[in-house]
Amino acid sequence: MTLFQISEPAESPRPHATKRAVGIDLGTTNSLVATVRNGFAVVLPDVEGRPLVPSVVRYAENGVVVGYDALARASADPGNTIVSVKRMMGRGLDDVGDDRRYPYRFVEGAGVIRIATRAGVRTPVEISAEILRALRVRAEASLGGSVDGAVVTVPAYFDDAQRQATKDAATLAGLPILRLLNEPTAAAIAYGLDNASEGTYAVYDLGGGTFDISILRLSRGVFEVLATNGDSALGGDDFDHRVFCWALQESGLPPLAAADARELMTRARHAKEMLTGHEAAPVVARLAAGTVEAELTSAIFTEITRTLVAKTLAPVRRALRDAKLEPPDIDGVVLVGGATRMPQVRCAVAELFGQPPLTNLNPDEVVAIGAAIQANKLVGNREGDDWLLLDVIPLSLGIETMGGLVEKIVPRNSTIPVARAQEFTTFKDGQTAMALHVVQGEREKVSDCRSLARFELRGIPPMVAGAARIRVAFDVDADGLLSVAAREEATGVEASIVVKPSYGLTDAEIARMLSESFAHASEDAQARALAEARVDADRIVAATAAALAQDGDLLTPDERDVVDRALADVRATRDGDDRAALSKTIASLNAVTGELAARRMDRGVARALTGRRVDALG
Amino acid sequence: MIDFSRNHFELFGLPSRFRIDDAALEHAYRTLQRSVHPDAHAAGSDADRRAALQASARVNEAHRTLRDPVARAEYLLELRAVDATAQTDTRLPLEFLTAQLERREAADVAAAGGDAAALASIADELRADTARLTTAVEQVLDGDDVGAARDRVRELRFLSKVADDLDAMRDAVLER
Repeated sequence: MTLFQISEPAESPRPHATKRAVGIDLGTTNSLVATVRNGFAVVLPDVEGRPLVPSVVRYAENGVVVGYDALARASADPGNTIVSVKRMMGRGLDDVGDDRRYPYRFVEGAGVIRIATRAGVRTPVEISAEILRALRVRAEASLGGSVDGAVVTVPAYFDDAQRQATKDAATLAGLPILRLLNEPTAAAIAYGLDNASEGTYAVYDLGGGTFDISILRLSRGVFEVLATNGDSALGGDDFDHRVFCWALQESGLPPLAAADARELMTRARHAKEMLTGHEAAPVVARLAAGTVEAELTSAIFTEITRTLVAKTLAPVRRALRDAKLEPPDIDGVVLVGGATRMPQVRCAVAELFGQPPLTNLNPDEVVAIGAAIQANKLVGNREGDDWLLLDVIPLSLGIETMGGLVEKIVPRNSTIPVARAQEFTTFKDGQTAMALHVVQGEREKVSDCRSLARFELRGIPPMVAGAARIRVAFDVDADGLLSVAAREEATGVEASIVVKPSYGLTDAEIARMLSESFAHASEDAQARALAEARVDADRIVAATAAALAQDGDLLTPDERDVVDRALADVRATRDGDDRAALSKTIASLNAVTGELAARRMDRGVARALTGRRVDALG
Repeated sequence: MIDFSRNHFELFGLPSRFRIDDAALEHAYRTLQRSVHPDAHAAGSDADRRAALQASARVNEAHRTLRDPVARAEYLLELRAVDATAQTDTRLPLEFLTAQLERREAADVAAAGGDAAALASIADELRADTARLTTAVEQVLDGDDVGAARDRVRELRFLSKVADDLDAMRDAVLER
């Protein structure tokens, strides 16, 4: 017998079943927000009809300004106007390289980058959160209410620290994040669903500051990423910089002050963009230091940017190799990112793959569109969601061993989620703690890889050297984010882990930033936390009821009784004002339904394969 | 807990042997992921999503092992309680090792001279050797001589490492 579920009118989560889900492309140069409306993914424009938000944040005298208004003041107030902040996400001061390229006042120190602005010291996470907040406000105005879930895109080649920084920024911006999605994969979703494509595709994504190449197989509604590669510090910005250097050299002017440099950089970008439709473009800038007047021809531009274009082709070859494919195996090449408008880039890609690239989708919008489609699916809006995405981790994850070498635990291009474990032992008698260093990268030496975090395992029972068996488990979730757990196997003691992210913010710092952003509205914050807990409660009650209705036979009467009681507890605390009590009952219900969830997953596996055998017969 | 007692082959409904039907593996893999992937349980409770994460990671691990011939061979030995990956005793035949050493030296010379064509031809020979050895592995793996199977699988793993090194050399030549 089928049981139909009917919720009480007052309890139904929302009268209209459709939830407000958005996809966000948080770009180096521009950002966008899109949503699925009546079955079609659309970019949400501002009141003036402009789809893009320049990724520029200005800390002005009277508050924070984001987008076109901030961009307009970039040359006049360069120290307080942050552009291309994405290049600094999850990075340290050592990584930004030539800091004369930046007009900011960096705060000296290890770990995350900190910039002194008029409004105080800010991290890239906080600056990016301002951009995300502006997009959230735009979406809420357009959708008529708070956002239920967001998918935010990241370059496929972003490492763990850069991904975590992006997720932290979304949290600070008050966005309920459903998933971090790789940008080329987002583009493939938009492209594949739009064209009902089957086959093997390469997505070449050259953005403002990052380059990604992903090789995907599209087959019967499954988007399977076979390999990804790239350079998270290579993009259109670098082409602008080449033009900037060339123009400066032509002018014979000495090195420029911050405001002049910003101005000439803007002129350089305009000239580069003009070359897409013209054979030559003037670079004219009237600066405090003097006048720059030069003519940039297509031939000169090709010459000065040749090495940059070549720099994108090496990752393409590596990705093909990891996918065990050759260029002729590729059925189509999709171009993504504003920088792929450059004819030089199109030619190089066409030459390597032996076919003209596909450009029938707007390269600026395709990533946000794909993210919106994924958000719509993950939030539970059931519209043509019969497709699945299988993505990979871009860089190997490992641990430092004796002699500064890396032991790889999760190899690059492993399909996520991944769970891998490795056993370690103690070096000295009676050793009760162990220091582990987690790194990401392809090189053999620790010093050539990115440092992600340092862990200390404490509470190992004292034993003779080599007797302890400490199992360190690496788990990479569907966002591509790593978590680590440790356990002493012989005694079953769970060692506690102290995490020190190398280029990230600690949980305590995030909590402080969050509380600061709510400092003026603490009542709001409490009301919001209670509302969020109720949404959680509704979701788990609905999910548990559905699970019991479908697979209740998997529980013994005693087990069933425990779940029923926990369910009743959540319902009883749902409408009270005690958020802590509600969170507690939700946590207990989650704990007592763990076994049911696992048994249902097993049944799902068995059913899926039975279905396959039936297919094979028919 | 998810039922981890089934081996990777059983998980996909395939016979536990070296020769594998690639299309059937891919089809079973996708079918299972459609059922267990976290995206299919995004609206579930925390417990549902945790179970999905575990199950999906398990299916990925099984797929990764079975689709790669060397990993698949090592796994089959593991199922017969033989560890082919133990680094303590490396008993590869001298003749085999000498041949690989000479191959490495030839590759180093080609790489130093930027000779991409020579590197490509060394890689072609290696591919041919690998194909022959894979056939040999297939024959011994399903037989009774576990020791012989382990030795052949070790040689196969060795060749796969040489192939990785050759790829890296080829990249370095192409990129300079």
